[in-house]
Amino acid sequence: MKVDLRSNKDFLAGLLMIVIGGIAFFMALDYPFGSALRMGPGYFPRVLAGLFIAFGIYVGLRGLRTGEKVEGVWGWKALAFITVSFWAFGWLMDRVGLIPSLVVLFFVSALAGHEFKLKEVIILSTVMILFAYGVFIYGLGLPYRLFWWD
Amino acid sequence: MEIFDNLIFGFTVALSLSNLWYCFLGVFVGTAIGVLPGVGPLVTIAMLLPITFNLPPIPALIMLAGIYYGSQYGGSTTSILMNLPGETASVVTCIDGYQMAKQGRAGPALAIAAVGSFFAGSVGTLLIAMFGPPIAEMALKFGAPEYFSLMLMALIAAACLSSGDMVKALAMVVLGLLLGIIGTDVNSGMARFSFGISELTDGMGFTVVAVGLFAVSEIVKNLESPLKGEVFTSKIKNLMPTLADLKASTMPILRGTAVGAFFGTLPGTGPAISSFSSYMVEKKMAKDPSRFGKGAIEGVAGPEAANNAAAQTAFIPTLTLGIPGSGVMALILGALTIQGIAPGPQVMTAKPDLFWGLIASMWIGNLLLVVLNLPLVGMWVQLLKVPYRWLFPSIIMFCAIGNYSINNSAMDLYLVGIMGILGYLLMKLECAPAPLILGFVLGPLMEENLRRALLISRGDPTVFFTRPISLGFMIASALILITMIMPAIRKKKEDAYTQGGG
Repeated sequence: MKVDLRSNKDFLAGLLMIVIGGIAFFMALDYPFGSALRMGPGYFPRVLAGLFIAFGIYVGLRGLRTGEKVEGVWGWKALAFITVSFWAFGWLMDRVGLIPSLVVLFFVSALAGHEFKLKEVIILSTVMILFAYGVFIYGLGLPYRLFWWD
Repeated sequence: MEIFDNLIFGFTVALSLSNLWYCFLGVFVGTAIGVLPGVGPLVTIAMLLPITFNLPPIPALIMLAGIYYGSQYGGSTTSILMNLPGETASVVTCIDGYQMAKQGRAGPALAIAAVGSFFAGSVGTLLIAMFGPPIAEMALKFGAPEYFSLMLMALIAAACLSSGDMVKALAMVVLGLLLGIIGTDVNSGMARFSFGISELTDGMGFTVVAVGLFAVSEIVKNLESPLKGEVFTSKIKNLMPTLADLKASTMPILRGTAVGAFFGTLPGTGPAISSFSSYMVEKKMAKDPSRFGKGAIEGVAGPEAANNAAAQTAFIPTLTLGIPGSGVMALILGALTIQGIAPGPQVMTAKPDLFWGLIASMWIGNLLLVVLNLPLVGMWVQLLKVPYRWLFPSIIMFCAIGNYSINNSAMDLYLVGIMGILGYLLMKLECAPAPLILGFVLGPLMEENLRRALLISRGDPTVFFTRPISLGFMIASALILITMIMPAIRKKKEDAYTQGGG
């Protein structure tokens, strides 16, 4: 009973840990290590990165042996739309003001769901933008412009 | 009695009109959001954290605490009515609570959950007031070696005792420590892991990590496949439990409170283990254990009391030692830090109004929960009907504006996206995010204390073993590790045997 490595839960977890640990370790090589008496800024990061890689190797090897599969399906589409909605909101807030940024946030994030009903999204974003205005601008007094011309 | 003077002082703080308002607001909003299917306490707090930063420290903390127990109670409502647990602690409530709802007894189940939670919450609050001061006084004598060992113990215990894979949980603690390093090193002024991004030289924002790991991953997981669950709405006619219900629930509530109060103070355990243990206790004590799983009211009363008691006593290590035991407590501790308050034993003496005001407000909040929830249950039921496709964009909106409002920087939003991807990957690969956030919060403190301890001892690492208190923490850490490894070894042996036999 061999599980495809691409859906082997622990193998993938181990791989992720080794990659992150490896990046951290190589970055930490640039920081002075120091000694136990006078620890440099590189001491703690390098020890931790090494430890993390060791955990990754252990978990990865265990995955090869036990071969448990990742449960459920991957929600790549949902993850992509939600990530992009955060990025777009941040990028737009610096440029066009709160309301257009929120409109984009709602339309992009709603695409992550199972069904996209245009009418619903329009109503939802209108109601929630009014709500956001009440809470954040009126209630908390955050100093954001609403549109790019403000 | 000093404790009563302190409590009275706390009540004068908590009963000020504005603090009372924020307590009410926290409980109300917490319950409303906690009721929503698929939104647990961690997501609720992660999402509302940034908003509270716009408030002064005392109302912010009072509101956050209210959000916490409000969302936990809201989660119980969802469990009972929909068989849809928002978090691990409510899984147990689903078992008998949902069965009671199916039999048309949702009202009594909700009422008993409220009464049990209130009683347990009151006891928990009293315990904080009693044990907080002596623990803090002891902790004030701790030096750098003691603090390092204590944090090490807390992290190991949190990783080992939390549900799921122990090795991965320990690895997640290490990842949290690594993420906590991002930023400028205090001793040398060197920017570490900043990837050349100027915003990262101040470190990664705490709410960025919290929202990415908890909120984004949870939403994406819920969107993988449509949420299931049936709502029992028309059947809540009678809220009042019968006399027999009350009689049957009294002892389970008392026992649940004791179990929860104990587990709440331990790192890594909290509400989930408390409610599971309480359920086990009740099943063992019952004359007819076969009733459990078929709508036994004891199976709701005990665990609900236990998880609320644990939610309260979890504040003891967080407020007195500055050591959070669970993901939620790490979020509360992070909130303290962002408010400019260094967590630790000095909080009680330096900010008595915050400490005692918060404690008093917890009791008021628990009272508000009962007062609010029983009459408003009809409204919560309406909230259950809100489809998830309306909810999640709104949650994202709160997370987005909230995170932007902290530094007014788009970079924080880009980082939320990246942490969200990481959080989702970790969730799918069953690496629990709670130990990660604990490591993230404690990381900088741990490094500082480690360096300071070794500086004092002139580089001699035995300093952690020659000072008695520190040695005690080290021995405890080792014991936890050893006892947790042993069953694992046994299990592996068994696996080997079965494979050999088959």
